[in-house]
This record gives sequence, C-alpha cells and structure tokens, in this order.
Amino acid sequence: MSDAARQAVADRLYFRRRIVNGVGLVFATLSTGFGLFWLAWILWTTFTTGIASLNGKLFTMMTPPPGDEGGLLNAFAGSAMICLLAILIGAPIGIAAGTYLAEYAKKSRLGEAIRFFNDILLSAPSIVLGMFVYTVVVKQVGHYSAFSGALALALIVLPVVVRTTDEMLKLVPSAMREAGLSLGVPQWKVTVQVLYRAALPGIVTGVLLALARISGETAPLLFTAFDNQFWSTNVAQPMASVPVVIYKFAMSADAGWKSLAWAGALVVTLFVLALSLISRAILLRNKVSND
Amino acid sequence: MVMAASAESIAVPQSDETRARRDGFADRLFRRIVAGAGIFVLATLAGVALTTLWGGREAFATFGFKFVVSSDWDTVGKQFGALAPVYGTLVTAAIALIIAVPVSFGIALYLTEIAPPWLRTPVAAAIELLAGIPSIIYGMWGLFVFVPIMGRHLNPWLNEHLSGWPVVGALFSGTQYSIGLGMLTAGIVLAIMVIPFISSVMREVFLTVPTRLKESAYALGSTTWEVAWDIVLPYTRTAVIGGIFLGLGRALGETMAVTFVLGNVHRLSLSLLEPGNSIAATIANEFAEADSEIFRASLIALAFLLFVVTFIVLAIAKLMLRQMEKKEGK
Repeated sequence: MSDAARQAVADRLYFRRRIVNGVGLVFATLSTGFGLFWLAWILWTTFTTGIASLNGKLFTMMTPPPGDEGGLLNAFAGSAMICLLAILIGAPIGIAAGTYLAEYAKKSRLGEAIRFFNDILLSAPSIVLGMFVYTVVVKQVGHYSAFSGALALALIVLPVVVRTTDEMLKLVPSAMREAGLSLGVPQWKVTVQVLYRAALPGIVTGVLLALARISGETAPLLFTAFDNQFWSTNVAQPMASVPVVIYKFAMSADAGWKSLAWAGALVVTLFVLALSLISRAILLRNKVSND
Repeated sequence: MVMAASAESIAVPQSDETRARRDGFADRLFRRIVAGAGIFVLATLAGVALTTLWGGREAFATFGFKFVVSSDWDTVGKQFGALAPVYGTLVTAAIALIIAVPVSFGIALYLTEIAPPWLRTPVAAAIELLAGIPSIIYGMWGLFVFVPIMGRHLNPWLNEHLSGWPVVGALFSGTQYSIGLGMLTAGIVLAIMVIPFISSVMREVFLTVPTRLKESAYALGSTTWEVAWDIVLPYTRTAVIGGIFLGLGRALGETMAVTFVLGNVHRLSLSLLEPGNSIAATIANEFAEADSEIFRASLIALAFLLFVVTFIVLAIAKLMLRQMEKKEGK
C-alpha cells in the first residue's frame, strides 16, 4: 500500500470517528433537552390550568357534591392530619433504626441485612404497602380509617428516615464519640445529646424529604383512609385527603370537580417541589446523596 | 463494639456504683430499643410478603396455577386470572426502559463530560425534580394533555405506517388507537418518571471513574464518545445495570400515573395502541368496588405477585450497586 493510500484510509477512519463522536454528543445533549422538556411541559400544564381554578373558596369551603361550588378545605385538613400522623409514627422508628445501623451495627451482618432490605422498602410499590395495611388493620377493624392511612404512609416515611439518619450519623466525626465516652458519659447519652445534635440538620432533612414523598401519595390511601365528603377530625373514621380527592375529581365528568382537581394538583405540586428543593439543598450542603 | 467495650471498662469510683449500674441499664435499654427498630424494618418487609400471600390465598387455592396463566377477569362469574394485568405491567415497563435507558445514558454523559461545569448542578437538580413530582400529577397531565395528543397524532401515524409490517405489525394494529389510552402512552409516561432515577445513578457512578483512566484515553487520542463508550461504561457496568434495575422496579410498581393513562380494560391484546391494564392499576381501580371475597382475594394475590417481582428486581439492583461500592473500596 502506498503512503497516499494509507493516508487516505487513516483519514477516512479519523473522519468516521469524528462523525460518531459528533452524533454521540448531539444525542447526549438532546437527551438532556428531552428530560427538561417533559419537566417544563408538565409543570406548565399544572401551573396554567391550576391557577385558572385557584381562588379563595379552595381553602374555605368543603368538597362539593357534583355540580356545586366548593373547595378542598376538608381534604387539605385531612392530608395535613394523615401526613403529620404518619411522620409521628414513622420518623421516631426510622431515627431509632438509623441510629442502630450507624452506631451499633456498622459492619455487622444484621446491620448489612437491615440496610439491604431498607433500600428495597425504599423503592417498593406504595400500593402494596397500602394492601398490607388494609389486610392487617382495615380488614380486622372492619372499616376504613384515617389512622390506617397514616400507618401506610408511615411505612413510606420509615425507609427514607432510616437511610438519612444512618448516613448523617456516619458523617459525625468519631472524635466526638470518643470525647464523650472518655469523659465517662454513657453511650446512649453521647448518642442522644451529642451525635443527634451534630446530625440534626441532616435528620430533619430526611424527615422533610419523607414528608415530600407522602404528601402526594395516593395509591395506599385509596383503601386505607379512603375518602370523606365532609369535615372530619376523627382518625378512626374515613378521612378525605388531597391526592385521593384529586383522583376522584379528575376521573369524573363534572367540570367543577375537574377544575378543583387541577387547583389541588397545583397546590400539592408546589408544596412537594418546595419541600424537596429545600431538603435537597440542605443535603447537598452536607454532601450526601439520597435516593 | 469497640466503643461499647471502652465505655464499660472505664474505671468508676465505688461510691458511684449505683450510678454506673443505672447507666449500664440505660445503655442496654437504649441499644435494645434501637435494635428493635432496626428489626422492625425487616419485619415490615416480611410482613408485607406474608400478609399479601395470606390475603390472596383464596385466589391461589381456587384458581391454582390458572390464576397466573388465565386472562379471564369476570367479576360477575367470579373467574379471575392475572395474565392480562401481568402482561400489561411487563410491557409498559419494557417500553419505559427502552426509552429511558438511552436517554438516561445521554443525560449522564452530558452532565459529566459535555456540559460546562456551571451548568451541571442546576441541570442535574432540574432532572431530579422530575422524580419529585407526585405520580398523580403525571396521571392528570397524561390523561388531559398527553393522551389526546397520542390519540390524534402519534397513534394514527404509527398505525398507518407500521401495522402492515411483518412481526411488529401486530403491536401497532387495532381499531381503538385514536382514544390515545394504552400501553404505549403508559410506557412513555413511565419512561419520563424513571429517567431521573436511572440517570442520577449513572451520573453518580460515572463520576467515580478515575480521572487518570479517562485522561490516559484522551492522551491516546480518543474522542469524548470513545471515552464514554469504551472506558467509562465498561468500568461502571455493574452499577449501570443496577441503576437500570432500580428504574425497572419503579416502573413495575408505579400506580397512579398508569391508572390514568392505561385505560383499565381487561383484555389481552398484542397492540400497544389499545387500552390495557396493569397489576397496580387494576388494584387501584377495582379494590374499593370489589364486592365478593374471591374478587378481593384475587386483587390481594395480584399485589403479592407485584411485590415478589419488584422485590427480585430491586434485590438484583442493590446487589449490583453494592458490588460497585466494594470495587471503590467503600
């Protein structure tokens, strides 16, 4: 092969590599645009449609019968109660389990197993968790209740809090533990009074992240807390929640219901996005990933 | 362990003996409480599996193996089979992955190699916001905005051009494509929902590739694409597959969004353009109206099937991601 021919082959190869590279990079950039495009579109729809039906009545009136005027007051109150209750149940257990993982079972086999299954629980389908609570609580008691809904959501809170607590406590320098222990402070006191204080921002973030996850959660509430057209604060009875009301109203044919569903969707989205942005910002500052 | 031992071996004056005993008791109590909470996590997962199996026992006992292979869903005649929802779950998740995996790879590549550094954090945060949007919002947007577009534009086009093809033609045939509800629509919405999960795992592991490895390749004259394809991807292979399985687990169990856009029709149809059903959507839609014991048991049995499948998929995901962590010596 002459020099010129060899050069031509090399040029062609070089050209092809450049083309492949160019196509690849364009594809990668377009992919990012593809992802952002959906985000923008979904948020745009939620905002424009939601704002059109947003008014004062939303927060002052109860969910209406079809064809009537109304708001989502009982649903907002119900959601707030159910989510708060879920956090009150899930967060303490989660913090305790996270403490066990970080402080007592760092490398033990049981600790590894708990971590492994906790991560699976983190991604487990929420509807199955709802089914679990239905079988264990609702079916035994005989009727739907807000409390059972809170239990189902607590099972979603649990793994999120376990994971953040575990990671956050691990970030606390061992010198702090050693300093406390060397003064003769019992380990539980070191954990509660020193380590928790050091890891507090991180743990709170985990709880906020969990709250963000459950406040838009619908599936497990469908057959635990169910729905209630009226104002109710009795946790032993069915209670309305925003996501379930949105689901019911959006699937209906009634125009008033649909517009209320969009208004509710906007409020939930804003709440959830604000929460997850805040908690992610704090997490980022503490340089820990949580997914 | 070391810490507990050191706490106990601290010398305590005799006069403080009661105090030491009290502290020791409190320490043991605290340890028991937190260990109990840890075991509670394990118990929850086991409880979910056992109670759904128990709740669905009637369905498994009545229909036996037929429950999994039959596509009957007759609420009046009380004949139930899981094939149609299982098929729908698998097909929608497959469509989601076919779209989400290459896109997520592109996003991860963009965010680690191409984008200017100041742009990386905000764009990554924006992509992760997709994971924060509640699934019911995806469902509403899907039903009121995306479904009509699919029905009016993409579905008729696919039907017209692809239904005549051999083999794949059946996937795009049918007569109800203009409704817009169906497997393809659900698969696309699911893809959007799992992209943030897969791409954030890919991005994180791409960042763990040693710089000197990449720089060596660049020094030999590699292009950015060649570095990504021949250096970064092989180095992170197990974790990337783990991330894909994580996304698959999410796609299989996703409920509300799918319930809105899938159509909820119990019929086994090859066509991707026609309404179908999935396990999660079936449960969400029909559980409150289930009027007979066997109907209810069949739905709980479906939940058990879903749990087992997602458990296996997520366990594979975790194992692969863990292997990557070990490689890094974490």
